[in-house]
Amino acid sequence: MVYKRDPKLIREVLGNKVQFILGDMACVYGGILAGCSFFGGYPITPASEVAEGMARRLPRVGGTYMQMEDEIGSIAAVIGASWGGAKSMTATSGPGFSLMMENYGFAVMTETPCVIVNVQRTGPSTGQPTLGAQGDMMQARWGTHGDFEAIALAPSSVQECMDFTIEAFNLSEKYRNPVCVMTDGEMGHLRERIVIPDEKDLKLVERVRATIDKEKYIPFTNSQTQKNSKVPDFPTFGTGYHTYVTGLTHNEKGFPATDKQPDHERLVKRITEKITDDIDKLTNVEKTNLDDAEIAFVTYGATARPAESAVEMARAKGKKVGLLRLKLVWPFPEKEIIKVAKKVDKIIVPEMNLGQIVHCVKEYSCGECEVVSAPKIGGEMHLPNELYKYLEGK
Amino acid sequence: MVEMRSAKQLNKKFLREGMWPTIFCNGCGHGVVLDYTFWALEELGWDMDNVVFASGIGCSSRLTGYINADGLHTTHGRAIAFATGIKAANPDLKVVVFTGDGDCSGIGGNHFIHAARRNIDITVIMINNFIYGMTGGQLAPTAPLGSIATTAPYGNIEHPFDICELAKSLGANYVARWCVTHPYQPIKSVKQAFEKKGFSLLEFLAPCPTAYGRRNKLGDIKKHWKWYDDNTILMEDYKKIMQYGSDEEKEKAKDKIQCGVFQDIEKPGFFEEYQKLIKRVQEKPSKGAKK
Repeated sequence: MVYKRDPKLIREVLGNKVQFILGDMACVYGGILAGCSFFGGYPITPASEVAEGMARRLPRVGGTYMQMEDEIGSIAAVIGASWGGAKSMTATSGPGFSLMMENYGFAVMTETPCVIVNVQRTGPSTGQPTLGAQGDMMQARWGTHGDFEAIALAPSSVQECMDFTIEAFNLSEKYRNPVCVMTDGEMGHLRERIVIPDEKDLKLVERVRATIDKEKYIPFTNSQTQKNSKVPDFPTFGTGYHTYVTGLTHNEKGFPATDKQPDHERLVKRITEKITDDIDKLTNVEKTNLDDAEIAFVTYGATARPAESAVEMARAKGKKVGLLRLKLVWPFPEKEIIKVAKKVDKIIVPEMNLGQIVHCVKEYSCGECEVVSAPKIGGEMHLPNELYKYLEGK
Repeated sequence: MVEMRSAKQLNKKFLREGMWPTIFCNGCGHGVVLDYTFWALEELGWDMDNVVFASGIGCSSRLTGYINADGLHTTHGRAIAFATGIKAANPDLKVVVFTGDGDCSGIGGNHFIHAARRNIDITVIMINNFIYGMTGGQLAPTAPLGSIATTAPYGNIEHPFDICELAKSLGANYVARWCVTHPYQPIKSVKQAFEKKGFSLLEFLAPCPTAYGRRNKLGDIKKHWKWYDDNTILMEDYKKIMQYGSDEEKEKAKDKIQCGVFQDIEKPGFFEEYQKLIKRVQEKPSKGAKK
């Protein structure tokens, strides 16, 4: 029996429209609302609540929850389920995310829509399992081997944990790429009020399924039904397209082309350009008090919360400070950075790591302003007054 | 009764011709396993639109590409986990995994163990050639004691894996081992495995003259294939000899690799149980469903 999304049943299972819930649970809600019908997971702090939430709710809406033997198996099953026609997701944290890296690349190479929620905790290694961090931002971008484009969202509230999980499904369906929701231990274990969108307000994207003649169908090329789309039409297993899907470099038919340079270049360029071509459409930032700002914070995820407070403190004292919050961190919003850099004297980049996204900010601000890293590690968030001190030149 | 078809007719029906020629060396046993599979599929008469093949990395894992059906050629050792997801998304599909001894019992051992334990409704066809063939002849977990590999140049001192024993102990519904020198039994066995609910394992012993044979005094293809005749024994014959045979016969038989159907039981498969679970929680949502 193949899953069929039932909006009424979903609302019944999720309950009241307004709730006070955990960030991790909000990811569960987002996934179920988006039509996720397969979750493969493995317990890991601080992401286990996502698996627990799914284990309770997915069967009630007719989906399948499976606790796999490890994170490698989890992401593998998630990718398999996607080829079987399901919207599928997993959730993990640092050590599990590391284990998933090979198959993350497999999903990229085979253009498999799927969602990975990473509730980041401090690392390296086992680190501080219960405490939040933003140390995997570069891993989401570069963690698997070879050339690829990542898509990653960073929620700054429990509401966004839900909204961005829905958005992650939409982007993964649209671009046929794995999409990461880069939340963290602080967000995952934070309880806040959320408002569940009504069905009519939900914007859901579905992958374009292969519909053309089986003889004319080409599985790994520009869409054969959508104009100007580099995203191929998806041949769900069991629909008669007899597609061979491989992680090897493949030609447009999907056949291995492991010794052919032009085939590799064509493939990898298409699967990266399908994302980079759309960077303007993808870019998703929030601008606060930037119009007259002399100093700007550029940040994302949980860290945007104390940065917002620091901006308010500064504004109350007449300082012209603004905030650029990256809702979508990957692909990197290059144009927004240079715009801010040209306007302000200084950009401060607070992160719960020793400085990761700050490198991109430096690169794309092109020397137009000073760029300062404001790192904090060890599982504690920045305090607003700690960030305020950076405004006064530290 | 199935109409007799020639191998040529079967190939036309089941082979993905665009992928031809294969990567296999002279004297390789993998093609024979593909042949058994085609015969079994022909006799079952399955709609190939509803059959999906998954595989990992290695020579055996290339078989998915040569079958005209949906195929997912995945990462090393992980095919069973991928197959689990395919089956979960659409339990109406028949899912078959092709894997090798290194892929399945080495890097993928944990996925194998848990899929068998959960009784996931898939058939795993593990082709065992005692070696990592594609990478050039490194030591496999199935390598016989004393055998030579590029990474065991002084002889293997590790004990080989018996994957059938493992599957049996995990309660897999169907477990069988055959050799590519067996002409007919494997076809029937593949059919049985394909039709089985829950987890089924077929192990095929197959020669690899290039990577294993050459280093183990079996480089001659005929000699290598004959080794399998000389060193395997049907389970029934083995039992008879051990019960009624002479000491000499017993001595000769005792170290041979047994082939046959080791386990054939009926337990509900995972996805059958899961459908029951869905039905149960949807009928009585209050029980255990509230947060």
